[in-house]
Amino acid sequence: MAVQRRSWFLYTSSALGFLFLYVPIISLIIYSFNKSKLVTVWGGWSFKWYGELFQNEQILSAAWLSIKIAFISASLAVVFGTMAGFALSRMGRFRGKMLLSGWISAPLIMPEVITGLSLLLLFVAMEDLFGWPAGRGTLTIILAHTTFCMAYVAVVVQARMADFDTSLEEAAMDLGAKPSSLFFLVTLPLIAPAILSGWLLSFTLSLDDLVIASFVSGPGDSTLPMVIFSKVRLGVTPEVNALATLMILIVAVGVVVAMLQMRKRPKP
Amino acid sequence: MSQANGYTAAHSRLQRVLHKLPLKRINWGRQLVISMPFVWLAVFFFVPFLVVFKISLSETAIAIPPYTALIELEDALLNIKLNLGNYLFLWEDSFYLEAYLSSIRIAGVSTLLALIIGFPMAYLIARSESRTRTILLALVILPFWTSFLLRVYAWVGLLKKNGLVNDILINLGIVSEPIQMLQTDFAVYIGIVYTYLPFMILPLYTALEKMDMSLLEAAEDLGCRPFQSFFLVTIPLAMPGILAGCTLVFIPAVGEYVIPALLGGSDTLMIGRVLWDEFSLNRDWPMASAVATVMLVVLVLPIMLLRNRKEAE
Repeated sequence: MAVQRRSWFLYTSSALGFLFLYVPIISLIIYSFNKSKLVTVWGGWSFKWYGELFQNEQILSAAWLSIKIAFISASLAVVFGTMAGFALSRMGRFRGKMLLSGWISAPLIMPEVITGLSLLLLFVAMEDLFGWPAGRGTLTIILAHTTFCMAYVAVVVQARMADFDTSLEEAAMDLGAKPSSLFFLVTLPLIAPAILSGWLLSFTLSLDDLVIASFVSGPGDSTLPMVIFSKVRLGVTPEVNALATLMILIVAVGVVVAMLQMRKRPKP
Repeated sequence: MSQANGYTAAHSRLQRVLHKLPLKRINWGRQLVISMPFVWLAVFFFVPFLVVFKISLSETAIAIPPYTALIELEDALLNIKLNLGNYLFLWEDSFYLEAYLSSIRIAGVSTLLALIIGFPMAYLIARSESRTRTILLALVILPFWTSFLLRVYAWVGLLKKNGLVNDILINLGIVSEPIQMLQTDFAVYIGIVYTYLPFMILPLYTALEKMDMSLLEAAEDLGCRPFQSFFLVTIPLAMPGILAGCTLVFIPAVGEYVIPALLGGSDTLMIGRVLWDEFSLNRDWPMASAVATVMLVVLVLPIMLLRNRKEAE
C-alpha cells in the first residue's frame, strides 16, 4: 500500500518534471510554423519563417562563423584535454599533478562572466606587451573556447580511463611496445568513444556560448548566439523559432543515433 | 696532432659529464604530454585571474585600454600606484552588497527548487528497467545539448502577458486578467531551474543508481516507515549526488547573466549582470574586475576548495 502510494507520487512528479522540460521546447517548435508575425496569434500553418531564415544574411554568416569556431575549438580541446586526462590517470605521480587536476576541473564551475572578463583582460594585456593576439575576434574566441572545452574533454576521458583496467596496456608493454605506439595502438582505440563524445560536447558548448564570446570578440565578429541574443532582446522573433526548431531537430537525431549505437554495442 | 688529442680529451670529458646528468632519463614524450595542457591552462586560465586582480587595483581612465597603469617609470622614479578605491566603493555602496546577496538568494532558492523537482525524476530513472532508463536519460540529456539561449528564449514566449501560461490560467478561470510574469524574479527562478535541471538530475541519478535497494528492505524490516527510510537511508546515500548537483547548479546560477537579462526585470539584481553592465555600459573595467575578484574569493573559491577536499577524502 505504502509502496503504491509512493510510486503514484513518483510517477506524477516525474511526469510533471518532464512536462516542465519539454513544454517550452515544443512551444518553440509549434510557433515556428505560425503564419502570423504576431507570435501570440495563431495564423495557421506555414513554412514562411524558414524561408526568411535562409534569406537572412546576418544569421547565416553568424552561423557559419560559429560553426568554424566550434570546429577548431573542439578539435584543439580534444588534443589538450586528452593529454591532460591521460597525464592525470595514466602517468603516475609528477610534479604539479594536484595543480593540473585543480586547473583542469575549475573551468567547469567557473561563472561565465568571470571567465569572459578575465580572458578579455588577458588578451588586452598580451596585446599591450607582445602585440599578439592583434585585436580581438575569431582567434580570441577560439582560444577562450578551447580553454573551457578542454576541461570537459579531460573529465570525459578521465572517466573512461578509470572504466577499463590497465591490463591491456600492460600486456602491450610486456610485448615491447614503445610508449608512443602503446598510446596510439592500444589506449587511443579504447578511449576513442570518450574522445568523440568530448569533441561533440565541446562543439555544442562552443556553438552555444554567448557570454564568453561577447567579452572576447571584437566589433566585427558576431557569433550566432550573439546575433540571436540581440534579436531576442527586442522581443519574440519567428525566424529565431525556425532556427531553434532546426537545431533541436539535429540534436534530437544525434541523441537518438547515439543511444541506438550504445544499445547495439554489447556492454563490457 | 696535439690539438686532436686535446679535442678527444675534451670530448670524453664532456661525455662523462653528460652521463652524470639525468638527461637520458628525461622522457620527452611524457614531459610534452604533461606540460602542453599545463602551459595552456597556466596562460589562459591562471594568469588571467592575476590580470583581473591587477586591474582591479587600477583606476578607470579615458584611454585604450580604459585603465591606468599600476607601475610607472617617470624621471628614474618608479611609481607604484595601488588603488584600493574600487574595493572601498564595493563596500560602501550598498548596491553591490545587495547584488551579491540577491544573487545568492536567487541561486540558492533555484538550487533548492531544482533539487526538489529533480530528485523524484532521478529516482524514477534509477529504478526503471534498462530500456525505459535509456529513453528517460535521453529525454533528460536532450535539452542539455540544445541551445541554452534558445531554451531561455522559449520562456519569453510562454510567460509574456499574452503568452501560453497566461492563456491557460485565464481559460481555467484561475485569474481574470493576465498577470505580469515576464520581467519578474519569478521568471528568473523558472529560467534558472529550467536551464540547470539536467545538471541536477544526472549526478543524482549516478548516486541513486549505485544504491543497494536491499538496504531499504532492511530498514523496513527493522520497522522504518517509508518516509523514515527515505530520510535515514536514501538521502544519506544520495548525498554525494546531492552535493555535486547543487554545486553544478548553484555556481553558474550565481554568476548568471543571460537569464536575468532576458527574463528578469530591471530591478532583478544579480551580480553577473552588475559585472556585465560595469564592463559594457559604464566601461569601468577596474570596477568590473573588483566585482569579479570579490565574487571569486567569496563565492567560488570556498565551494571549489570544499569540493576538492571532499574528493580527496
